[in-house]
Amino acid sequence: MKFHHKHLLTLEELTREEIELILDNTTGFKEIFTRSIKKVPALRGKTVVNLFYENSTRTRTSFEIAAKRLSADVINFSVSTSSVQKGESLLDTAHTIEALGADIIIMRHSCPGAPQLLTRHINASVINAGDGPHEHPTQGLLDAFTIKEMKGRFEGLNVVILGDITHSRVARSNIWALTKLGAKITIAGPSTLLPKAFARLGIRICTNLREAIQGADVINLLRIQMERQRKNLFPSIREYSLLYGLTEERLKWAKKDVLIMHPGPINRGVEISQEVADGSHSVILRQVTNGVAVRMAVLYLLSGGEEV
Amino acid sequence: MKSLLIKNGRVIDPSQGLDDTLDIYISGGLIKQLAKNIGKKAADVIDAKNLIVCPGLIDMHTHLREPGREDEETIYSGTRAAAAGGFTSICSMPNTRPICDSRTSVKYIHSRVLELGIVHVYPVAAITVGQNGEEIVEFGDLVDAGAIAFSDDGRPVMNAEIMRRALEYTAMFNAPILDHCEDLNLSDEGVMHGGYVQSLLGLSGIPGAAESTQVARDIELLEFFGGRLHICHVSTMASIHLIRRAKKRGVNITCEATPHHLTLTDMAVKESNFDTNTKVKPPLVSEENRQELLRGLQDGTIDVIATDHAPHTAKDKDLVYIEAPFGLIGMETAIPVLFTDLVHKGIITINQMIEKMTIHPARILRINRGTLKPGSPADLTILDPKKQYTISSEKFFSLSHNTPFEGKKCRGAVDTTIVDGKIVFSKGKIMGNETV
Amino acid sequence: MDEKKFQKTLEKLADDILKEFRDDPNFVLIGIRTRGVLLAQRLLQIIKARTKKEPPLGTLDITLYRDDLSTLAKHPIVHATTLPFDVDEKKIVLMDDVLYTGRTVRAALDQLVDFGRPSLIRLAVFIDRGLREYPIQPDFVGMKIETKQNQVVHVCVPEVDGEEKVIIIER
Repeated sequence: MKFHHKHLLTLEELTREEIELILDNTTGFKEIFTRSIKKVPALRGKTVVNLFYENSTRTRTSFEIAAKRLSADVINFSVSTSSVQKGESLLDTAHTIEALGADIIIMRHSCPGAPQLLTRHINASVINAGDGPHEHPTQGLLDAFTIKEMKGRFEGLNVVILGDITHSRVARSNIWALTKLGAKITIAGPSTLLPKAFARLGIRICTNLREAIQGADVINLLRIQMERQRKNLFPSIREYSLLYGLTEERLKWAKKDVLIMHPGPINRGVEISQEVADGSHSVILRQVTNGVAVRMAVLYLLSGGEEV
Repeated sequence: MKSLLIKNGRVIDPSQGLDDTLDIYISGGLIKQLAKNIGKKAADVIDAKNLIVCPGLIDMHTHLREPGREDEETIYSGTRAAAAGGFTSICSMPNTRPICDSRTSVKYIHSRVLELGIVHVYPVAAITVGQNGEEIVEFGDLVDAGAIAFSDDGRPVMNAEIMRRALEYTAMFNAPILDHCEDLNLSDEGVMHGGYVQSLLGLSGIPGAAESTQVARDIELLEFFGGRLHICHVSTMASIHLIRRAKKRGVNITCEATPHHLTLTDMAVKESNFDTNTKVKPPLVSEENRQELLRGLQDGTIDVIATDHAPHTAKDKDLVYIEAPFGLIGMETAIPVLFTDLVHKGIITINQMIEKMTIHPARILRINRGTLKPGSPADLTILDPKKQYTISSEKFFSLSHNTPFEGKKCRGAVDTTIVDGKIVFSKGKIMGNETV
Repeated sequence: MDEKKFQKTLEKLADDILKEFRDDPNFVLIGIRTRGVLLAQRLLQIIKARTKKEPPLGTLDITLYRDDLSTLAKHPIVHATTLPFDVDEKKIVLMDDVLYTGRTVRAALDQLVDFGRPSLIRLAVFIDRGLREYPIQPDFVGMKIETKQNQVVHVCVPEVDGEEKVIIIER
């Protein structure tokens, strides 16, 4: 099977088969972590650039490790340290990076469509590491991989995504990946943070926590952000936690072997309690490990030759 | 001025209820005669066989950007773009730098047009000083200087009291108020139409209510306090419903819609992969809304088609979606797009299209244009309804290229544009460089 | 090559290997995915029958060490490499189905060396078809044949192809 794409910008545009291809490859890459020399020469001589307009140590580091394990050279471009502050536009920065020999650019930006804009102007491959609330493809993939690893299947699985869906790229990417793979999705949270239009995708929309997680196989918790509270989208953190915080007690409403996932970083005591985060249902740390493996698989698949 | 004879064309003049094969004789810059087989000799003869001859088209909503942003457009380039688009008269909106809110600004435009414009330009002046929404302008002085209408376009007049006073005061003059209806608190940081597509894309949405709440307010103010009001770039079904009912009640309100709102939807943002040439205010709406706009066109709720030609440089538009400015050019794409997506699809007749671009805007602006009645100034547009034409912005006379229709294959184009009896545009070329 | 000859060739290979490593506790067998592994498993059965002992078997996926990754249009899926032993000090017999240009073995050697420091590595191949591009030679050969560039050699195994045989196809 060929991976036809030069870039990884969205999961929405991938077929089910393409997503499965990435997941199949990920297993092979995960094995490399168990070796004492955690490096393979697959991307030797390639230059991978992390272009992050939003602060993110976690995702950036994950991509960096993934690229380095494939023997690529990695350069980190953080907005605060580069000439972007002086008013250099995104395109100028991109052309400069390309002139320095970048083969793959991994980009995070606060505006949806920023990676698409980049692809229109440069030759390098582009990986979207998060474009505003739009998509975060590698997060969606690592979440799907984690579910596959732990549950072995997607068909008929009840997956609940809980939190601020409206502003979440993790939610959107998860929705695309999991619906294509056959899972049943429920989105839950305060009604001001749920896009009603998603019902058109066959997704269940819920504003009551108990109703939402009844019989859930997987609960993916999203982080709640303070900026939304300032915009009057919900009254207070305290209220949010009261209505939607996941505690040990509430966990009982879900299936006995429910998986607890979270893209990180966690707001302990807000959307998730300490006990649940550290408990036996939580696969949050596993997600981090899987993140590196998935990113290695993506870098590998994108670094191939031209389509014949 | 030379005499001109246009033969064998299908002459469509809604102002006279005309739709017939006729010859037109022009001399001294005026239309002298419309009849079959005019035998007169003329200095120039145009054979308009298989072509449509109509009054010169009027675009009552354009942004010429001069003074202040001559990198985006100038009066020189803008009037040539107008001529290429088949427009013989255009209104220039006042959100220039400085804002056109005083006699000097209007005079400046007049002198520049005299110097190097090739179509008629009617300056629109601002409603408030600096378009700040707080202090009304010297309406009387501006009308005297030549302002044809008043608008804070680009921005709404958020304060209802200011709009009320503006309506009451301008009722003394012949100049209508052209309102850009948008509740800034509802539109907030939105960059596209709030709905299904916007939810998928994760961009901030502008709810349709941002426009319709202001339209409702304007209608109420009109009914209470009088005046003449025209709603710019109507885009939502809610607005259409309000305007339709108001008209039934006899309210003195008119409105316009743009070719891009009539033919594109919010899906274009997604399908174009976030191309900023889909970013405009009001935003491209959902198909449901667009269908109501078409019904509004058909039943006369929408009086005018105007382009809201809003040039921006590539440098300015080539930014991420959130940062790019709102606005699309439209003068050179209007006719091909309207023919292809509305007329040829049977949604409106060519007569309806011409009516909404000639006599209707002329009446609203109270100018002696938009008609081929003998004695009128010889402003004419010749259209080729069958011409295969692919939209290619690099061929435009506008300095800017921000169009969502790049590469669109169309059937129907402008053949010739005549202003005051002189051919200013013919078969793709701007003729001479004489000014009006 | 038919089924009978196939079996005989495997047995010959096994005997040759046992001549050197019969009683060596550090002897391990590693197959190169995919067919090298299947053949190595067969070899293992024969060794078990002969000596009543079963040396450890590892599988090597050399995809990430290939020298043509940047020109490949079709990406092979990367499978796990499983080596259930420490590579240090071991005497490795590396097994593949067909030895041709030598590039696959070159990749396998680079990969093994990233795992540790073996005592020695010997190469066992079922078919040596010549036309080497790298200076790599086998230590144990099932059968040597002469081929041309435009031919493809398939070693067929029941698990994948339904039968046991070796065929040569003209392209």
